[in-house]
Amino acid sequence: MKWFISQETIKAPFQKILEKGCGEKVARCYQCGKCSAGCPMAFQMDYLPNQIIRMIQLGMEKEVLSSKTIWLCASCFTCTARCPREINVAEIMDFLRRHAYRTRIIPSGDTEIPLFNKIFLRNIELFGRLYEVGLIGMFNLLSGEFFKDFTVAPKMFLKQKIGIFPWRNKNAKALKDIFRRSGGLEKAQRGRLLYPKLIFLNLSKKFIGKIEKLK
Amino acid sequence: MKYAYFPGCSLHSTAREYDRSAKEVALALGIELAEIPDWICCGATPAHITMQLLSIALPVKNLLLAKKMEACEVVTCCAACFNRLKTANKFMKQRGEEQLKIEKILGEPYRGEVEVRHFLDVLVNVFGSKNLETRVIKRLKGLKVASYYGCLLNRLKDVTGLDDEEEPRMIDDLMEVLGAEAVKWPYKTECCGASFSLTKTDVVLKLSGDILQMAYDEGAQAIVVACPMCQSNLDIRQAMVNKKYKKNFNMPIIYFTQLVALALGVEMKKLGFEKHMVDPRPLLKEKEIIFSKA
Repeated sequence: MKWFISQETIKAPFQKILEKGCGEKVARCYQCGKCSAGCPMAFQMDYLPNQIIRMIQLGMEKEVLSSKTIWLCASCFTCTARCPREINVAEIMDFLRRHAYRTRIIPSGDTEIPLFNKIFLRNIELFGRLYEVGLIGMFNLLSGEFFKDFTVAPKMFLKQKIGIFPWRNKNAKALKDIFRRSGGLEKAQRGRLLYPKLIFLNLSKKFIGKIEKLK
Repeated sequence: MKYAYFPGCSLHSTAREYDRSAKEVALALGIELAEIPDWICCGATPAHITMQLLSIALPVKNLLLAKKMEACEVVTCCAACFNRLKTANKFMKQRGEEQLKIEKILGEPYRGEVEVRHFLDVLVNVFGSKNLETRVIKRLKGLKVASYYGCLLNRLKDVTGLDDEEEPRMIDDLMEVLGAEAVKWPYKTECCGASFSLTKTDVVLKLSGDILQMAYDEGAQAIVVACPMCQSNLDIRQAMVNKKYKKNFNMPIIYFTQLVALALGVEMKKLGFEKHMVDPRPLLKEKEIIFSKA
């Protein structure tokens, strides 16, 4: 991959922002590639974890935040456990995702994962405990995969693996306050939990894909 | 021994048999598990990806509820909840601006005074595997299992402090105490794709398929797990793995608590084996661990 990196990019304070935000010393990385070697999701990524670290060092904020890689991290912590320079790579990925949400940079590739996280949290905010039917229904609706897992669902109901009704939270107000306050303190742009643009992109991509398949 | 018990969302839905069998084991061994009243979700992975403060505040809220029960230790069965609770606790033990923010969000002070334990830890280290061995009524002879730990039970070590990150032995040793054989295999801590079960099902199928294949190749008859996410990915998605990769896996994915309960002589009916997608009962019958008409 070839990039032209301007002086402005290299001098950009991205690395400093990150080091301040999550306390990880990215400058220590000497590119051994152990994080990428152990990463279970690496085969799906556009940039490998060690490449992401290098891009941070070079100040390439926009490329990093719009990459697929940051959303594909499964938070399994293999990279962190194996890093010889004691950099918490998984924590850096977390920071990058939070930063992407804050700056509203929508990933260039798949948008399902950022969408799913928001739906999941909305679900918790509303019900207190995870309400699977609501989560799956909402996710299928907004991601355009209307009939995903429809063959598994009846079995799950029969085996009572998922309930039909949500749990009634007695402390709904206290829970709402936790969400509201932490959103406020973190400037997490919670007001618009699901951006219409993201949903629109997702749905249109799905439909174009389906039409092409039919051809 | 009395503990505040935090089941977590999965144990009240997809992993009911884990919840039920853990309670049976506790009952048989005289460990008291008192469920935290009105506990809420720990936020799981989506919380720490989206908002850091929220991902700490939600578990701390539960720990505060446990503190109100006057319990000094919380026990949980879910590896993900365990990891999040431990992370939050470690975070709150430090003092700084961020901790003050959390206290502001919750409106209560908290300094990490409630200890968090995994049920496996309680069984092996607190109750003690030697004590457990004396209580075994029915030895699980002839059963070859692969113990699968997953990501979050042992990683990171300075958070969970449980076992080795790369080559954990806790479940293996426990299985040998019960009389089963734990096979040697390299995928103990490999990731199953966990939270991508809905969003990236293809990836989960590949990762789970690899794990199933490796366990099969090493001669395991079943996989023993301690995490409800691992169980659901390997069990519920197994039929899809078979279809996609043209395999014939029929590998039961059993919770360690179910096997401990069986060894302690708990009735099979109480352990929820009928809830598994891949039924473990034929295998257990073949090994003469359970006898029943059903």
